[in-house]
Amino acid sequence: MNAEVKAGTWVEIEKMILSSDQRAPQVPEDTRKTPYIMRVAGFLTSDAKIGDEVKIKTLIGRELNGTLKVVRPHYEHSFGETVEELLNIGLGGKA
Amino acid sequence: MNMDTSYQAVMARKNEIMKSSMGIDYDIYRQGEIAFDYERMMNDCGFSLEDIIRIQAETKVGNTPLFELRNLTEAVRKISAPGKGARIFLKDEAANASGSFKARRASISAYVAAQKGYKGVIAATSGNYGAAVASQAAQRNLKCIIVQEVFDSKGIGQPEIVEKGRKCEAFGAEVIKLSVGPELFYYLLLTLEETGFFNASLYTPFGIKGVESLGNEIALQVRAMTGKDPDAVVVTHAGGGNLTGTARGLIGAGCNAKIVACSVDLSGLHMASDNDFNRKSFTTGHTGFGVPFATWPDRVDVPRNAARSLRYMDDYVLVKQGEVFYITELLAKMEGIERGPAGNTSVTGAVALAREMDQDQIIVVQETEYTGAGKHHNSQLAFARNMGIEVRRGNPEEGVNGKSIVIPENLSQVKGMQQNMEKLRQSYLRNAAKHCPPERWSDTDRHFIAADVKKDLQWLERQIETLS
Repeated sequence: MNAEVKAGTWVEIEKMILSSDQRAPQVPEDTRKTPYIMRVAGFLTSDAKIGDEVKIKTLIGRELNGTLKVVRPHYEHSFGETVEELLNIGLGGKA
Repeated sequence: MNMDTSYQAVMARKNEIMKSSMGIDYDIYRQGEIAFDYERMMNDCGFSLEDIIRIQAETKVGNTPLFELRNLTEAVRKISAPGKGARIFLKDEAANASGSFKARRASISAYVAAQKGYKGVIAATSGNYGAAVASQAAQRNLKCIIVQEVFDSKGIGQPEIVEKGRKCEAFGAEVIKLSVGPELFYYLLLTLEETGFFNASLYTPFGIKGVESLGNEIALQVRAMTGKDPDAVVVTHAGGGNLTGTARGLIGAGCNAKIVACSVDLSGLHMASDNDFNRKSFTTGHTGFGVPFATWPDRVDVPRNAARSLRYMDDYVLVKQGEVFYITELLAKMEGIERGPAGNTSVTGAVALAREMDQDQIIVVQETEYTGAGKHHNSQLAFARNMGIEVRRGNPEEGVNGKSIVIPENLSQVKGMQQNMEKLRQSYLRNAAKHCPPERWSDTDRHFIAADVKKDLQWLERQIETLS
């Protein structure tokens, strides 16, 4: 199931930057319960599987380490489901 | 090099990292416990207005159109008292290279970074500034890293920030996406130290000087179109740079228009809260930045902030999320333009203000930004609904931040709310007093503080009495 991902593939890695107990003193309680996480996309430098510790080369050529999470990450943000409350605003030049 | 990378250790190296990443020695401007030579700091960067205009023209920045919003003005007049309803103008800053006025701020930083021989630039921002830096860096052949706060602990990204991240990557930048928290600044420092890149902070003199051309253009364009000066200029306010730079540009052009800040009211939501992060429909131009940055500008990523909004602010209008969404829709339907939330915040403020102004007066909304997937008001409202927030039509004042968004039923419900300027200034003084008790303020400090809140010494003396 967990197929090998070829070097050179566009991937996203994840890394914990600070654990909950290493976080800044001023963070509120709910945030303190969670670790500080980083995600970055780049080209995989050697063959690996999802979940492996890997190295990537970012768009500017910098090398970063982290856990391989997503293969060929893409953007899915959209205009959202239609919000009908907006549709009749301003119709016929009426405010 | 095995440096200690813990939060405390990196924060302790803040000053040296900042110095080497910008080449500015802020110590030389120090004049007292609180005072520093603001104008000298601004002048020392060595750019005249003509230099700024020339540099910006090289990279597709500036000289954006100014439009009169005739239909919106007409609609406002219909709901105003006889003789009321000022002419509303809009400065279409979405026409800049990266789709917002932030290109003006990024342009000078990227120019300086290239001139000083830095290999790349870094900015910590979840806003339009990231795309602006990435776009300018691409044109100046600099590498670019953008550090963004994007997602909550469930991994859910705020749609507008996701879009801004996409745009940065489109310009070839490396985008570091982080979870919620103020440690963004820690990670910025760490990355500056690792790479030796230039810190394209929003709050350096370069970042503010770049906006002065915007104020200058507004004065010249309004004069050319109407034969007179604008009476008021409304500025969407967050960190204070937009307001400071625009006001300085207007003043430089000899224009005395009233400077009105406008922010979306997000009171009740904590900006560093993982839980609240995706319960707000605006990622900038809101009170979560606008108020703290106005009342203590030096809380930023540089030792002395060049963006000092209370120094220039005459009034401050707050608008509700629902009011801005209504006006955004109206702008599309009546004026035939779709624009993003930041500029539309001040369009909303301008509508509220124009109702109280005379018909022969002129009010200018000084920016727009691009819109699209993620940034569109429909995206934000659909996302809010999915997060369990109630969305309905009605009286916008009934909206409770984080729980409901109430979109006005008609234009007469768009009223905005005046922020108490005196309270803001007093809050600034309390912050200054925390920094150094008033009994230790020298004459220079007092002059500086009075100027920093746009008041005179007599006012300050009276306030100091009540402070203690």
